[in-house]
Amino acid sequence: MGILEVKNVGKRFGGLQALSDVNLSVKENSVHAIIGPNGAGKSTLLNCLVGKLIPDSGSVMFDGQSVLGRAPYEINQMGISRVFQTPEIFGDLTVLENMMIPCLAKRDGAFELNAIGSVMSQRDILDKAEAMLEEMNMLEKRHMHAAAMSRGDKRRLEIGMCLSQEPRLLLLDEPTAGMARADTNNTIDLLKQISDERDITIAIIEHDMHVVFSLANRITVLAQGTPLVEDDPQNIRGNPKVREAYLGESA
Amino acid sequence: MFGLEKRDTTLLLIVAILTLFAPFILNPFPTGSGLAQFNAGYPDLMQRFVIFGIFAIGFNILFGLTGYLSFGHAAFLGVGSYSAVWMFKLLSMNVLPAILLSVIISGLFALVIGYISLRRSGIYFSILTLAFAQMSFSLAYSVLTPITNGETGLQLTLDDPRILGASATADGSIPVTNLFGLEMRSTYQMAVGAWDFQFNIGYYLCALILLAAFYLSIRIFRSPFGMMLRAVKSNQQRMNYTGLNSKPYTLAAFVISGMYAGLAGGLMASMDPLAGAERMQWTASGEVVLMTILGGAGTLIGPVLGAGFIKYFENIFSKINDNVLHGWFSFLPDGLEDFVVFIVHPFIGKGWHLTLGILFMLVVIYLPGGLVEGGQRIHGWIRGNKRGDASQSKTNPAE
Repeated sequence: MGILEVKNVGKRFGGLQALSDVNLSVKENSVHAIIGPNGAGKSTLLNCLVGKLIPDSGSVMFDGQSVLGRAPYEINQMGISRVFQTPEIFGDLTVLENMMIPCLAKRDGAFELNAIGSVMSQRDILDKAEAMLEEMNMLEKRHMHAAAMSRGDKRRLEIGMCLSQEPRLLLLDEPTAGMARADTNNTIDLLKQISDERDITIAIIEHDMHVVFSLANRITVLAQGTPLVEDDPQNIRGNPKVREAYLGESA
Repeated sequence: MFGLEKRDTTLLLIVAILTLFAPFILNPFPTGSGLAQFNAGYPDLMQRFVIFGIFAIGFNILFGLTGYLSFGHAAFLGVGSYSAVWMFKLLSMNVLPAILLSVIISGLFALVIGYISLRRSGIYFSILTLAFAQMSFSLAYSVLTPITNGETGLQLTLDDPRILGASATADGSIPVTNLFGLEMRSTYQMAVGAWDFQFNIGYYLCALILLAAFYLSIRIFRSPFGMMLRAVKSNQQRMNYTGLNSKPYTLAAFVISGMYAGLAGGLMASMDPLAGAERMQWTASGEVVLMTILGGAGTLIGPVLGAGFIKYFENIFSKINDNVLHGWFSFLPDGLEDFVVFIVHPFIGKGWHLTLGILFMLVVIYLPGGLVEGGQRIHGWIRGNKRGDASQSKTNPAE
């Protein structure tokens, strides 16, 4: 049993069968990559996992509990954090405030009406947020507006925000899309470090094969809404079916 | 002090000084002088300054923090006024129960309207709140006449029960609003030389409530709740994927700001015990939006400044007429005098809206942060100049 079990999931948008009969098992503490050509249904699958979409059929179990029909915030509170393709952070807030919000969400839950106490006097939240910023190497930027940072920094901040919630599963949607080579390598190193040092499972959707093969220890190839193969990286590399899906039949 | 950081304490003290000394500050010109018409230090207007200040502070908690633009907040003001007047009719002329009831009733009203309107965001939310407010206005104007007394407005009469007070005073007139015997309308006049300062009980009650409301808004701004509201404005998607349910946060902000509006409405009725449907009209809702944006949405002191600014214009500029203008420009040759008066005429008297509109446009275009940003720029400019001088004086000896 993996920590995330996807069984026979199907999703239809009008005339398009975006996902059909998807089965996926993500093992605890693994780095599982989901790859596939454009339109293979990777993002649809991810959206079904985090509560943005509800599949038409099948089941999605996280740690023995169904996530279907739950709102994104409930699924997040269950222990799944998501990193977006373009970094989603609180641009109008400072870097430190950005980091404090997930810490508050972790401590106080989905809603807490504390309208009188001063937020900057919450020592435990401040310490936790600053420790995470330190770990992400951005403590000196803590008073900066988050929107003013570079894309690579925004990505680091977003990953740090997700980690400060101590999730059990971290979902990343093309985390290096549109990044320069140097930033991509930094992100790879960061993710490697996270998976080595923490008790965390990572599922990653990625286009860039360099990223996939440097990180993943299990790969699922999706094509036209169905999983083609699920195997270890070294077997995926030489698999003719995968080549065909990516390059067309003539190759 | 009071659990606030130094900067916020300073801000609170500034507002406290401004409001408590308003009878002096707003009366800078001697009575009878040509400029006396620019004096705003009479009870009626000062009360309006602080009451609309409270209204705008509350509106800013919703709009300034969460970015949800409500176009129907006057409905809560109206509900607050009606509740207060009913309290005067049924219970007693003491303003305290009246104000409490207006806050509670408008809070409940805001809970219902907010629950429905907050199912949508952006422009749809604004339209929903606008629709609700206009519905409330129409109801108050016609259907609910037994409760609101329709277009005449709800007024006190001699045969109101007032179970804890008297229906009529000994000399057969309607009793006046009071706080445990302190009459709201009683005013102490202090004549100093050519000046005439007025200290009104009602104004000081409103001013103290404004200070409490302002203090509470500072606490909300600096609280974890306030930070979540700013997160709603900044990125709701990230918030929902960070395990936070944004709906109860926005609803709580909506209800709190509705209660502020109800408080303002209750105070209005306490100063002058009548309530009319026109208080709920959409122009009244638009006015508080203008106040907040003009002063600086999302800033602490902005809404108070905006409210004061607009109310000053409404009451002072609208009183300037052509005769006054001729008085001002009489030093010019006749033809030129008439010409200047002709040019200025559309901007004064009934045309004060035009002046306000132009000012509003200028502020929005050149100072998106409102009057507060203007203040900050002037402050920065002065400091920059000083620093410039200092660095010059430092380099001088070296040369």
